[in-house]
Amino acid sequence: MHQVMVLARKEFRSYFDSPVAYVVITLFLLIAGYQFSTALFINNSPDLRSLFGIIRFILLFFIPALSMRLISEERRLGTIELLMTLPLKEWQLVIGKYLAAYLLVIITLMLTVIHYITIASLGQPDLGATFAGYIGLILIVGVYLSIGIFTSSLSQNQIIAFISSFVIIFVLFLLDKIVFFFPGFLATLLEFLSIDYHFNNIARGVLDTRDLIYYFSLIGLFLFLTIQSLESRKWK
Amino acid sequence: MISVQNLTKYYGSTLAVNNVSFEIQKGTVVGFLGPNGAGKSTTVRIITCYLSPSSGTALVDNHDVQTDSLEVRKKIGYLPENAPLYHDMNVIDYLQFMQNIRKGKSGANGAHIKTSVERCGLNEVLHKSIGELSKGYRQRVGLAQALVHDPEILILDEPTVGLDPNQIIEIRNLIRELGRDKTIILCSHILPEVEATCNRVLIINEGRIVADGAPSELQASFEGRGKIQILIKNNLDTFLGKLERLGGVEKVISEGNSDGDRHRLTVETEKGCDLREEIFRLCVENQTVLLEMKREETSLEDVFRRLTGREE
Repeated sequence: MHQVMVLARKEFRSYFDSPVAYVVITLFLLIAGYQFSTALFINNSPDLRSLFGIIRFILLFFIPALSMRLISEERRLGTIELLMTLPLKEWQLVIGKYLAAYLLVIITLMLTVIHYITIASLGQPDLGATFAGYIGLILIVGVYLSIGIFTSSLSQNQIIAFISSFVIIFVLFLLDKIVFFFPGFLATLLEFLSIDYHFNNIARGVLDTRDLIYYFSLIGLFLFLTIQSLESRKWK
Repeated sequence: MISVQNLTKYYGSTLAVNNVSFEIQKGTVVGFLGPNGAGKSTTVRIITCYLSPSSGTALVDNHDVQTDSLEVRKKIGYLPENAPLYHDMNVIDYLQFMQNIRKGKSGANGAHIKTSVERCGLNEVLHKSIGELSKGYRQRVGLAQALVHDPEILILDEPTVGLDPNQIIEIRNLIRELGRDKTIILCSHILPEVEATCNRVLIINEGRIVADGAPSELQASFEGRGKIQILIKNNLDTFLGKLERLGGVEKVISEGNSDGDRHRLTVETEKGCDLREEIFRLCVENQTVLLEMKREETSLEDVFRRLTGREE
């Protein structure tokens, strides 16, 4: 665990040593804020549902952009060779990097709480639904990041990492929007596999274990694949 | 200290390392010498646990690189080829990070960072970002990084590539100094470097070890026909006749008139035969003026070229 924390701390600092974190957070808040404030006056209701919709949409691009360099950059620079000859296991490397990126996104999400404060001064937003919505967002981010770190481990080209994670994420995002093209059994399956179906369950305020299992097993699967992809270098 | 046993490594169907075995004693500086693509880096990557062997294994201080790799990694300081570093980090932050990640919970030991910074001459650039440093400084940061935990074994893969001659000499001096109390493996395709720093040389070609020994031993064992170059004046014809009849001479090659009546000759002698005195006496006897005489020794370079098939 010590190694994981050292690595996560270094990784987190490196976001702020370069302009990456500032640019990414600013862009995120600007787009989310602009879209939300325009939607607010059209809906004319004091809740954050439209904000969560916008954020889920922005995350489609935001997470691949943030995670694309995590491992591919190490491959490009060759620093992966140095890291993997330290007394450091593959899972420690993956988890350390994952946690650092996760923390950055959670901080960004928390900055949008300002919109809740604005709304609270205008009306009576539902605190429970807001809280549940944030939990749902954090779980979605966890899944997206695990996909992002996985595709980043496959190539030393960041663009390839970005595009492939975007494609996987976009498919998961799209599934419940196309279910009506499919017959009953398949529709249920697709719905269960989609990200937003589970988000909507959680955002209603119901923390069902099925939804949690869905998110955690996706995170587990992609982190496992990332570790495998790092270990595969030994046998190539 | 390091024991490599029947190590073989395939990349797909390409054979990179072919059944290599060797032992390295504690406290020796070993040079891995070979042309590019000979399997030096692959061997080193297996010893540092970056790659797994296809068959065979390596033991570092009796820990197997496959089953006990964390113990092996703790003992080794490694500088990969081209010194890969994080360009957006400060030198001191980077060294601190590398040490922290190596240390267990016990906390960092500042003393080792300090000595490695001093040894590598990094005091002036401690707070600069690595991306701004020159190639020479980056190489030194890479070396300092390999020293932060005061390892028993140091593995350096082409540490002087891309450096200017002064920096090369500095790094070589540093390696020699470190070699007093550490076991070092130095990969290189630059011969003078290995000659200057190592007390044992392993020559690798096409995945096999083709020679193993101290630089002087290798030179001695590969000494072939001796060559003596002379520059003479006067009485060439009679001199040539007598020279060819001299015992031990195999061939006399005339390099032609270099300057008026001066002649440059190359005398090839039998193996292990030094004819310089006889040639001198012959000159006196024949009243030929001897202007120059030089015996060509087999250099490590000749050994290397002969073994790695670069000599036609």
